[in-house]
Amino acid sequence: MWHLKMEIKFHFCHLYVEGDVLELYDGALDVPKILKEWYEEQAQSNYGAYIPFVGTVRSEDGIDGLSFDIYEPILESWFALWQEKAKERGAIVKMAHSRGDVMLHESSYISAVFSPKRRVALELIDEFVEDFKASAPIWKYDLINGKRVYAKDRSTAIKGSGILGEKI
Amino acid sequence: MKMVRVEFLGPIQKEPIELEIDNLNQLAQILQQDESLGEWLQNSAVAVNDTLVSSRDVALKDGDKISLLPPVCGG
Repeated sequence: MWHLKMEIKFHFCHLYVEGDVLELYDGALDVPKILKEWYEEQAQSNYGAYIPFVGTVRSEDGIDGLSFDIYEPILESWFALWQEKAKERGAIVKMAHSRGDVMLHESSYISAVFSPKRRVALELIDEFVEDFKASAPIWKYDLINGKRVYAKDRSTAIKGSGILGEKI
Repeated sequence: MKMVRVEFLGPIQKEPIELEIDNLNQLAQILQQDESLGEWLQNSAVAVNDTLVSSRDVALKDGDKISLLPPVCGG
């Protein structure tokens, strides 16, 4: 049991600032467990709204699943900026993401907003997930016949990209 | 000249390199001669010590870490 606990501890990092949380896991997310933990953490915090977004790997284009690389230092600073934005609106944001392989119908991404009233949470979850897609330093690969193929066509260049490619 | 380390993240699949340079213009000159980088220079963001930069007008210090971040797709 002790060994199991240690293993779990090593397999994800947990940044904790006043209820905001960024969790990174190896492999698929345990969706019911994470949603329940977040719910229970905030059950007595007087937030009127809890709006989660769960991303599930879909069967399309013959893939067996997806795989992810994450650059944690910049993901952490990006998430810290969103913690500040949420705080200004009286809300908190939470996020969990997978590293490595996640197979069909498993989940690789959960985010959630808690806020006093629903309007802020509805708006913030939309803004947060859109910026996550455009800016979070995470790279996605399709798993096809055991190979990792970079999902180039679905990827977005981070704002300000290309400065090293401009002619001198 | 300052000794810096350049890391290529995610799908770029290139080993880190150590270079003696003073600024990002010199880095651009060196990397633009590396054909293996292809279009990655055009579509990658650049971070110095894990902070994204929006221009090449950045002075470098000894031990700086420069990262190239290609197009992203989390979720």
